[in-house]
Amino acid sequence: MSDVLKPAELSKINYKPPRKEWMKTPVNFKHGMYIYPAKAKNLKYLDMPNPREWSPTDKDWKLPENWKEIVLEGMRERLGKYRSFKIFMDICVRCGACADKCHFFIGGGDPKNMPVLRAELLRSIYRGHFTKSGKIFGSLNGARELTVDVLKEWFYYFYQCTECRRCSVFCPYGIDTAEITMMGRELLNLLGCNVNWVIEPVANCYRTGNHLGIQPHALMDMFEMMLDDIYDRTGIRVKPSFNRKGAEILFVTPSADYFAEPGIYTCMGYLVLFHELGLDYTWSTYASEGGNFGLFTSHEMIKRLNAKIYAEAKRLGVKWILGGECGHMWRVMHQYMDTMNGPADFLEEPVSPVTGTKFENAKSTKMVHITEFTADLIRNNKLKLDPSRNDSLRVTFHDSCNPARAMGILEEPRYIIKNVCNNFYEMPENTIREQTFCCAGGAGLGTDEMMETRMRGGLPRANAVRHVHEKYGVNRLACICAIDRATLTTLMEYWVPEVKVTGVHEMVGNALVMEGEKERTLTLRGDPLKETEGEVNV
Amino acid sequence: MKLLFSFITVLLLVIIAYAGIRYASLYYVFGVIIPYAAVGIFITGFVYRVLKWAGSPVPFRIPTTCGQEKSLPWIKQNKLDNPSSTLGVIGRMSLEILFFRSLLRNTKTELREGPSLAYGSDKWLWLAGLAFHWSFLIILIRHLRLFTEPVPYLITLLNNLDAFLQIGVPPLYITDVVLLASVSYLFIRRVLIPQFRYISLISDYFPLFLILGIGISGILMRYFFRVNLISVKELVMGLVSFNPQVSADIGSIFYIHIMLIATLFAYFPFSKLMHMGGVFLSPTRNLANNNRMIRHINPWNYPVKVHTYEEYEDEFRDKMKAVDIPVEKE
Amino acid sequence: MYDTGKIIAGLVIFAGLVTLPFWYNSGKAAAKPEPSLDTPVIQQMKDKHCIESKQYMIDNHMQMLNEWRNEFVRGDMTMYINSKGQYYTMSLEDTCLHCHSNEKQFCDKCHTYVDIKPYCWDCHVKPKEEVASGQR
Repeated sequence: MSDVLKPAELSKINYKPPRKEWMKTPVNFKHGMYIYPAKAKNLKYLDMPNPREWSPTDKDWKLPENWKEIVLEGMRERLGKYRSFKIFMDICVRCGACADKCHFFIGGGDPKNMPVLRAELLRSIYRGHFTKSGKIFGSLNGARELTVDVLKEWFYYFYQCTECRRCSVFCPYGIDTAEITMMGRELLNLLGCNVNWVIEPVANCYRTGNHLGIQPHALMDMFEMMLDDIYDRTGIRVKPSFNRKGAEILFVTPSADYFAEPGIYTCMGYLVLFHELGLDYTWSTYASEGGNFGLFTSHEMIKRLNAKIYAEAKRLGVKWILGGECGHMWRVMHQYMDTMNGPADFLEEPVSPVTGTKFENAKSTKMVHITEFTADLIRNNKLKLDPSRNDSLRVTFHDSCNPARAMGILEEPRYIIKNVCNNFYEMPENTIREQTFCCAGGAGLGTDEMMETRMRGGLPRANAVRHVHEKYGVNRLACICAIDRATLTTLMEYWVPEVKVTGVHEMVGNALVMEGEKERTLTLRGDPLKETEGEVNV
Repeated sequence: MKLLFSFITVLLLVIIAYAGIRYASLYYVFGVIIPYAAVGIFITGFVYRVLKWAGSPVPFRIPTTCGQEKSLPWIKQNKLDNPSSTLGVIGRMSLEILFFRSLLRNTKTELREGPSLAYGSDKWLWLAGLAFHWSFLIILIRHLRLFTEPVPYLITLLNNLDAFLQIGVPPLYITDVVLLASVSYLFIRRVLIPQFRYISLISDYFPLFLILGIGISGILMRYFFRVNLISVKELVMGLVSFNPQVSADIGSIFYIHIMLIATLFAYFPFSKLMHMGGVFLSPTRNLANNNRMIRHINPWNYPVKVHTYEEYEDEFRDKMKAVDIPVEKE
Repeated sequence: MYDTGKIIAGLVIFAGLVTLPFWYNSGKAAAKPEPSLDTPVIQQMKDKHCIESKQYMIDNHMQMLNEWRNEFVRGDMTMYINSKGQYYTMSLEDTCLHCHSNEKQFCDKCHTYVDIKPYCWDCHVKPKEEVASGQR
């Protein structure tokens, strides 16, 4: 992060577009705002096209000879397969309502980060090659020829979009830039123009079951460490099972949850909760990833990676699936999994074994979100909670993009938070719920190479956090997304260093009064439970 | 440049119509052939475009949810912004189409010192958009008085309501004023705000000029260069009864008005104006968020290459056994 | 998912609405309105003329009546001098309706045809029909 500008300098943003027309302004790859390309070995492992050594700053991108044909044919195919794509190419009126809704535009001021212009990057080619008016009027009507420069522009800007869908909330026609970006990235992938931060996790996930490439024995090590920590904090030895046939529930969560801080504390939260409930559930090393970076690659790749979830549920003979806190994972589970890899007729309609509640809203997909599950437990008084254990925390909640705008999970996490801690404060209303701001590291951008883009794009979120920090002394930012837990941590260090990031179930784990526990003095994080004097307003 | 091009095109249309009537007396061309052709192109073009959209399936159910989902019975669902049933979708779509629900959310982001970001409510675009579309619709409907005989009561009522201020003779229509004001606002906004000028194309300016031209020519015709309304209705009734009769009794301003409208109709299916049809088909709005309740079918769902559990176990069997993870094959 | 049925239904409704005028009139050319000049006073006139030329009256009667009203009620003129220099009282009831006493067969003919509802009768008393009108 050393080479990123200081916050004071970064926040001098010029929103004025250049005088020169955007079509005549070629892309300029700026350090800190693009990601290194996918390594050849990863592409080869996935049988993806055009594996090679190259860099976006190279003049020659080593494209296949017939690259133009490939892209145009790819567009034609997708226009025929996705009504969304076709409609979104046709009906934008450029009213500009989306322009200042994108966190990357707000934090950077680059006009090509206005959702409307991001889409025009693709639309201009659509007009130039697929419509008569575009062919006749050319650039006057926003049409242009497909050139290598256009490809470079696509690469730069489609990997400066986190597919967060905030713009689509404000669009009078519901035009969803996530769809546009997904199509743009699919087309780039046809030429092997992709980023390693996405493709390596995809390759890892394909092989080892999880993005981080954690092999079964290493995974067990990580769990051992967490279980030791849990024993240390609670005096209870939790014993989860792995790949166990006949369990009632398969639990799936992103691998980031058991890989690094602060995700592991959330994972410890799940572990103590399930232990306390005596839940008949199993983890899986094969389906050891809930997340799906296929979503940031192509629809085909979503399906290739997602297939293992139902396959493993079937192999283990579980009744239903429970999913952990994750954003894009839930976009896939909620909006794609059943369609792509269903029907899940070998599973049963989910019923909470603790409360008997039927999860009617998951009766086809047979997968329940952990906050739905836990909210139901709390509502039915099945948990003994001591919210005062979280008294050192002054909490605000960041709605993660996908649970908010692709599902509508808004109240469940809030209900849980209000029951496990005493100090909860909302951020301003234009920055939460369906209008929530992205962490700016989603959709495969959460890498250090992208630091400037991330810190800029994260400004709106960070600014809202700063607001509640200054107003209420908020020191903890809760979320239900693994990418958030990683990227918001960096973002907070940069913009609001006083605030740390937590998963909701970490706080559940802290507040949960367990049977046979020792007197708790430490949080799952290992911090002292009771704040010491003078620590309140740090 | 784009602005000028659009303006000159509309001006040319006006000149063509004026010259055609004034100097060449092409009444039949401007009064019959062009209107028929325009309506023909409009309907077939519109249907063609929608059918082309319909030809592509909606492979995934991807609504943008803007409120609380339906989950546990004690959590209040936001049925309009996050519908889970057809009825809810109809409600959501109605709000969207009739009242521009999404645009109503519009905010204006402001960066202040600090840095501190503020999001002010910004309803002008919504208001102007709504005012423009509704007044256009009302104007269109009240024109039906020239297309029907006898004139249905509802149209008479609409006419009277629109003119109820009784200012001047003939009485001023409120919608005439609203239309011109809102279109002017939309135009000025596009020209003055640098970001919007940056993204604007001919296809943004041209319809604005066209509609301004239609509005202005209509107002001139009604209040200034008045034409014989009886002859106008005769001409129109001749057209709609497929018995066209031209009359030299109508001023050229009428033919300018008709020319611009015909252009708008004919241009419609090839332009962004198709958002009128498209908004109904937008998959982020017209689908219920019942993804986990009812399986959505993708007609082109095809098998993909996956990494099976067997392949996985084959690679990691020893490591799994070493840490007591159960395996299929010993 | 194509939803073809719904889309086709939508298109049929759309086409139906757009072509509504064609259906509504179902091919009948509506008759051109012929205002009647058949009133006792006009019958008795030797030289049948209005206060201005016929074409002028067709084009401008509304403005004229509006001016008359304003002048008579708010201004100080009560007489109208026409293009031939003749004087007429500015009065709807005493001047216009004196000859055109058949409102339904005269005024309403065109007004109804193009759906105009002048608000003359908000204040003025409608004249009694002197010719048995066949209604519309």
